[in-house]
Amino acid sequence: MIQEFRRIWKQYAIGMLWLLGLLWPLLGIHPDGSLSFEETFTVWLYLLAGISGCLLIYLANHGGQLNFITIPVKTLRTRVMALATPLPTWMWLVVVFVLALIFPQITGRYATDVAINVLLYICLGLGLNVVVGLAGMLDLGYIAFYGVGAYTYAVLNVTYGVGFWICLPLAACFASFAGCIVGYPTLRMRGDYLAIVTLGFGEIVRIILNNWMELTNGPNGILGVKPISILIPVFENGCSFEIFWVKKLQFFYYFALVLAILTIIGVHRLNFSRIGRAWESIREDETAAELMGVNTFVYKLLAYAMGAFFAGLSGAFFAARMRFVSPESFTFLESAMVLCMVVLGGMGSIPGIILGVVALIALPEVFREFESYRMLIFGATMIIMMLFRPAGLIPAKRVGKRSEEKE
Amino acid sequence: MSVEPILELKNVHSGYGTIKALRGVSLRVYPGEVVAIIGANGAGKSTTLMTICGIVFATAGDVLYNGRVITKVSPEKLPAQGLCQVPEGRRIFPRLTVEENLILGAFYRRDQAGIDADIQHMYSLFPILGERCKQHGGTLSGGEQQMLAIARALMTKPKVLLLDEPSLGLAPIIIQQIFHIIKDINEKEGTTILLVEQNANLALQAATRGYVLETGMITLEDKADALLHNPEIRKAYLGE
Repeated sequence: MIQEFRRIWKQYAIGMLWLLGLLWPLLGIHPDGSLSFEETFTVWLYLLAGISGCLLIYLANHGGQLNFITIPVKTLRTRVMALATPLPTWMWLVVVFVLALIFPQITGRYATDVAINVLLYICLGLGLNVVVGLAGMLDLGYIAFYGVGAYTYAVLNVTYGVGFWICLPLAACFASFAGCIVGYPTLRMRGDYLAIVTLGFGEIVRIILNNWMELTNGPNGILGVKPISILIPVFENGCSFEIFWVKKLQFFYYFALVLAILTIIGVHRLNFSRIGRAWESIREDETAAELMGVNTFVYKLLAYAMGAFFAGLSGAFFAARMRFVSPESFTFLESAMVLCMVVLGGMGSIPGIILGVVALIALPEVFREFESYRMLIFGATMIIMMLFRPAGLIPAKRVGKRSEEKE
Repeated sequence: MSVEPILELKNVHSGYGTIKALRGVSLRVYPGEVVAIIGANGAGKSTTLMTICGIVFATAGDVLYNGRVITKVSPEKLPAQGLCQVPEGRRIFPRLTVEENLILGAFYRRDQAGIDADIQHMYSLFPILGERCKQHGGTLSGGEQQMLAIARALMTKPKVLLLDEPSLGLAPIIIQQIFHIIKDINEKEGTTILLVEQNANLALQAATRGYVLETGMITLEDKADALLHNPEIRKAYLGE
């Protein structure tokens, strides 16, 4: 342990000094121009203590000094796992599903609100996963399709009075169409160039929404979007139908849940279909895919359209829930957030992305006090993640082992 | 020969941007043959194969397959017509399993039973792939990857198989094995093979005929045996 420390202490010291240098401008420079050092030092000392503690535990674990704890824990874990493995996967799914069903009943309004956010972002994340995780095209303007979906519903509803259920497929179709428009000119690009172009397209959509006063009411946004309505049969005198407006958050939660489940099923089916395999081959090696008879043009365009389709669906739900849309909601930061969820959770892995969404939506709500440091913590988390779990929290597939390594 | 060539290049020019890689390549491949193209680095061997498949566009000349011009046919339509390439450097799909790699080879095919049977057939041709069928392609060794690349191409049921440097970066014993397999495919399945190689000795031993490609032009064409004993070839490519 001491030897280990001797090897790394220089890097460690430099790292901590670097952290101090990073912290000071954040905390020490005040808006009135005065400079202070005290606050920086106290925060830094806390961090120093915390990080040193982590390092000590890590080194001790590495050197085997913690065996008296880790070995019992490990045996306990294998025992629990052995108990859990005979249960088939569908039972876990049922448990999760039941928990999701009773969630709004056992928690308050605030938690339900966060949960709806999580569900909408699950749809977004899984949609982006089709483009990024399966087809391997880095899309930095993905939120534009969310915007197209939301504005489709908002404009059609407020200006023309079209109902939600007609607008929902329309929103998805318009978003897919937008996806094709963006996709078509970018199909010949790969890697960095594609990322830059999609970034540009995302901004173009936002700027159009911001400036097309007649249609979108510009930066003021569109107010008074109607919530979801459903027809409920009433049996008082004979049988008639009554319009029921889904204004209560709890009801909306269930609609979002259905949307999320449909998206999960859809993306899962796509993933293991012929189309999904074609996308994966394009991600792995485009030229080889072409030589094997995969029409890369069609499948890449389809990936864009499918990704945008899910974004359009959740966009319409977003507009119906907020009952207000404005270009503010569709900035680049949102695209980056969705991409982070996908990367953090594990590209191409559905449970991973769900976990990534929960981590990036729910955790900031839990740690409200640290709001001003959110981006700092966020960056640090991403770096740590990329160091220790580069394939995401739940990687898509276990990397196969060589046959001689079996057992 | 009275037989029609199955694959024919007529004065094909192509290149990358302003750089001309092929300057009038003409060659013929007859059904059932193994034809080798040998040449130095940068002679245009790989470009020839890429031009046949349409990944690199021919700027002039025609590529004929089964008597029809395929110069303008897009590359993804060729496997269905029986023309498939094993690209240089193997280019298998590293994060897909061996089995998925093979399934992708049969992408254009819709006969599930036939595909399953062919996968089993590949596992009997290459037993090592059967052992590792659930493993990711990227975790295989170089030789295994080359076998996978060949098996993947065979899944398209090719009439003509284009092989680009199958010996690249492999140990001599593995190269021997791969060339045995190539000969087997030609003899047992009747697949016509167009082989591009730097290793002229090996390629000419396996081939029936050979072409020598130099700076984008065919400079010599002969029976493989004759090329092997041609003193100039021995000097230039066989290191004597």
